[in-house]
Amino acid sequence: MQPSDLSAVDLVNAVRQGDLTAVRCTEAYLDRIAALDGSINAFLSVDREGSLRTAASIDERRKAGKPIGPLAGLPVAVKDALCTTDQPTTCASKMLAGFRPPYDAEVVARLRAADAVIVGKTNMDEFAMGGSNENSAFGPVHNPWDLARTPGGSSGGSAAAVAADMAPVAIGSDTGGSIRQPAGLCGITGLKPTYGRVSRRGLVAFASSLDQIGPMARSAADCALILSSIAGHDPGDATSLDAPVPSYTADLERPLEGVRIGRVAAHFGAGVDPEVAHAVEEAFAAFRAAGAIIKEIDLPHADAGVATYYLVAPCEASSNLARYDGAHYGHRAEPGKTSGGFESALVEMYCRSRAEGFGPEVKRRIMLGTYALSAGYYDAYYAKALRVRRLIRQDYLDAFAEVDLIGGPVSATAAFKLGEKTGDPLSMYLVDLYTVGTNLAGVGGISFPCGFTKSGLPIGFQLQGPALAEQLLLRAADRYQHLTDWHLRRPAIAAQRC
Amino acid sequence: MALSKNDVAKVGLLARLALSDAELDTMTRELSSIVGFVGQLEKIDTSAVEPLAHPLDTQNVFREDVPRPSLSTAEALQSSPRHDGECFLVPAVLGDTGSA
Amino acid sequence: MLIPHRPEPSPPLAILPTFVCPPERLSESVPDTASAPVTTTATTVPYTTVIGLEVHVQLQTQTKLFCGCSTKFGAPPNTQVCPTCLGLPGSLPVMNRKAFELAVRSALALDCRIASFTKWDRKNYFYPDLPKGYQISQFDLPFSSDGTLEVVDPKGAWSRKVGIIRVHLEEDAGKSMHDEASGVADTRIDLNRAGTPLCEIVTQPDLRSPQEARAWLNELKLLLVYLGVSDCNMQEGSLRVDANVNLHIPVDGGPDAGGRIAKTPIVEIKNMNSFRSVERALAYEAIRQYEEWQATKAEMGKTPKQTRGWDDPAGVTRAQRHKEESSDYRYFPEPDLVPVTVSDEWLAAARQAMGPPPAVLRQTLATTWKISSYDADVLVNQGGDLVAYFEELAGKVGEGKVASNWMQQDVLRTLNERGGTIGEFPVRPAALADLIGRVAKGDFDTSRAREIFAEVLASGRPIDDVVASMGIAAVDDDELVALCRALLAENPKVVADVKGGKEQAAAGLIGQAKKKNPNVNPGKVRAMCLDLIRQM
Repeated sequence: MQPSDLSAVDLVNAVRQGDLTAVRCTEAYLDRIAALDGSINAFLSVDREGSLRTAASIDERRKAGKPIGPLAGLPVAVKDALCTTDQPTTCASKMLAGFRPPYDAEVVARLRAADAVIVGKTNMDEFAMGGSNENSAFGPVHNPWDLARTPGGSSGGSAAAVAADMAPVAIGSDTGGSIRQPAGLCGITGLKPTYGRVSRRGLVAFASSLDQIGPMARSAADCALILSSIAGHDPGDATSLDAPVPSYTADLERPLEGVRIGRVAAHFGAGVDPEVAHAVEEAFAAFRAAGAIIKEIDLPHADAGVATYYLVAPCEASSNLARYDGAHYGHRAEPGKTSGGFESALVEMYCRSRAEGFGPEVKRRIMLGTYALSAGYYDAYYAKALRVRRLIRQDYLDAFAEVDLIGGPVSATAAFKLGEKTGDPLSMYLVDLYTVGTNLAGVGGISFPCGFTKSGLPIGFQLQGPALAEQLLLRAADRYQHLTDWHLRRPAIAAQRC
Repeated sequence: MALSKNDVAKVGLLARLALSDAELDTMTRELSSIVGFVGQLEKIDTSAVEPLAHPLDTQNVFREDVPRPSLSTAEALQSSPRHDGECFLVPAVLGDTGSA
Repeated sequence: MLIPHRPEPSPPLAILPTFVCPPERLSESVPDTASAPVTTTATTVPYTTVIGLEVHVQLQTQTKLFCGCSTKFGAPPNTQVCPTCLGLPGSLPVMNRKAFELAVRSALALDCRIASFTKWDRKNYFYPDLPKGYQISQFDLPFSSDGTLEVVDPKGAWSRKVGIIRVHLEEDAGKSMHDEASGVADTRIDLNRAGTPLCEIVTQPDLRSPQEARAWLNELKLLLVYLGVSDCNMQEGSLRVDANVNLHIPVDGGPDAGGRIAKTPIVEIKNMNSFRSVERALAYEAIRQYEEWQATKAEMGKTPKQTRGWDDPAGVTRAQRHKEESSDYRYFPEPDLVPVTVSDEWLAAARQAMGPPPAVLRQTLATTWKISSYDADVLVNQGGDLVAYFEELAGKVGEGKVASNWMQQDVLRTLNERGGTIGEFPVRPAALADLIGRVAKGDFDTSRAREIFAEVLASGRPIDDVVASMGIAAVDDDELVALCRALLAENPKVVADVKGGKEQAAAGLIGQAKKKNPNVNPGKVRAMCLDLIRQM
């Protein structure tokens, strides 16, 4: 049996018991990356030597009878939005090409402390802005199920890496659906935890009040394993929740009897692909069969989610990305190429460094956010969006008074073709319809496969839960995955032996 | 709501993004369409609703006033496009004014 | 205090106070009036100078506002920096509790209302000393507002109550160092200071003269130093002042005569490195604005607010380039921090922990020790350590007035001459009290005590040593009687004069007694001699 055939839970058990060395496990995945990533482009950097060294030290410790961490020997692919001292951190932007942070993100530090092996950094939409991974400065990621299609975004590299078995687990970040949507489009499981559950320190900020890091893996059980290591209070992140971390793995097998899952009729409106709608309804049926109670609920302001999100996120982003100005790190334009019309050499350096360093989508959002915060527009746009945000959060609070979870599609369609929406930014934004509410409300959500289209593309199901309901989200997904085998299916490319 | 090219140019300067004339045209078109889309929020009655800037209800998060090690100067400057071993170097700002 | 309006609609330039600057010399500079005493003596100028101040004070914390880097002044460039204060990708701020507490303390001292709920906002602008591209500051919900601080002339000639609009807590920027010589060389950026906690104190435009502004700043500084909020060291930049100033000029006789008040455009003055500079810059600016008004009649609101920099060596303010596009700071709530709520219990504890402010201390000293308010003012203005010294001394001496006299005439004079702080002063309160006590007991007189005091300071030896080595020993009564008898025998004329009713003749004996024995107490000699003559 190949290491890539094992779940993350089984891999760490095998390493712990000495059935598999960390080196062999790491090597197997590195070999798959070497073989497959040329056609997928999921990784921006791969640290073969460093990860093998780490793996070897874990093996030595195990052999010497010294303690090893809960993720010992487990290869992890980390989205390139998280700072790592030993590998570049670029956010898939020319602005940060080759950038080496002098510190590890808290999540990276926790992964290392748990003896995970960080094999590489994954491709993404530049600064996590996008839903198709086409906004990477280093080329798009290809969906392992159909290389002509998008893996989704912005954590598309992480999703594709897991889907193609180039990593058993990956770390993503989710600002408006960036874990759940690519997980859905790539047929894997992805969890966006409650805002504050996982430290954001060292996650390159896109929209600070929405960003959250989470695990992406083949199954809910594997996500639970990772979350157990990365969740928890970080005194270095003032927005990190100081709440106890339950065992996410221990509770998985408890049956779903009596769990109330909300169904929102509006989720099945005009824009939804019938194949998606069908698979999602089937999933509701499966949950009902598992003992859950399906209840119709309403999220009255759900329609306003995308518009709200596309004000809140760009406003915060316009400020978060101001630091990329060529002054202290990152790309700086060569002086004096243009005569320019700038008021000073400094202003010219700023304007040209940023023009050269950022891609079109990042520029669009910076412009939109700058505009919406500027004098005369603040109340009409930013402040208005914050008021609607409260309404949206209230919808969730009201819903969770009636149900334990809310179910529905992750995306209206399965993976679309690369290039299909690039000419129309607005159509790309609408891809986030079902996912942005979770972030605006600050609650948690999980996405996992619930079927396939006739053409063989995965369809995702989303569960959203109240604050700090990760245990229930993971348990519900895990119970579903015990009844179904969608999550076990592999794309043809992954079946390639390396 | 349509933005004028001039509006967009002003925003570009505020955001410190150099935009060519062609980029200005595209950006004006795209931003107008997006601003029109987000403008739909106008229809929602929020007269009795307070803004919600952040999903957390937590308050009073502090750290104690205890020094922690700083980076070395070399680490601080390691990604700097231009430095002299001590300081970051940027094009002359003389004549401009900073503010506190 | 208000400078009286002159009723003349268009007063001649000649009435401008020449001690400030004759108008024809405006282009030169304002003379340095540092040695002139602070005064708000009304001078007849045809306008009222209206001044508001914006003061930035660095709080006395070990670490920065949002990270654990040291705030110590003077370290080599970029040695007190970390991902947070460098604004590196992914870094996050966490609020320093001590900084917030010190900020609250300063606001309480300024009699401000403390908000029960406060939050921080981002002020967005690009500048290389601001590595994040935004400053974490407070916009619409500062933690405190609506305070006052009064400055009172110690001689009671005037006082001025200045309203505080708000006090808020924000982070400092780094330092940009420009090559003045070439002007085209790169600017060097040191981020050691970036993220240092600052309190911004904004006053109402309540001040009415440059002298008042300076006196008020002195009082503010004293207050903040007293409360341990800041060291207020202007040389190190821990206190910085910007001033907003304009003139109110009565036109057509002013409102009383059916005319009106013309207000000149408000000018913000920056780059003032001392309170003296503030006073000089404001004095210069008042005259400049008056001259400009006479030439242009430009009034407030018709031109944008101008920023001018103070050039201290040249003694002039100069217009600074106006950057229109950077005035839109796009404030919005800082999503990386959570709000702070201040409970009544917290406030009570903060008040408890706060020592008395100088204004209260002056009154306490004056009433407790029965000293003049002028003396109390002098003592309090020297700082808390000196007051502690005085209170210990006065307690031991038991006589506030005597202790105060020693403080003012001896201790303070010595400190002024020698430099150094009261904490390092070699004569500690117990020793000084001992010396003063011996004078009271009649061991020696005050002038002898001063000699001892001087010798103790010069030699650094204990008082007893000095007393012994100077041959100063208490003269016992038998010795005194023998000495007086000898004196009377040698001075029959004095005896006769005293007997004849001229007691003051005994004074002539004292010098002779001192020659015989320098340690005798003149008062005792006099009393003893008079006694002996009476018995004769």
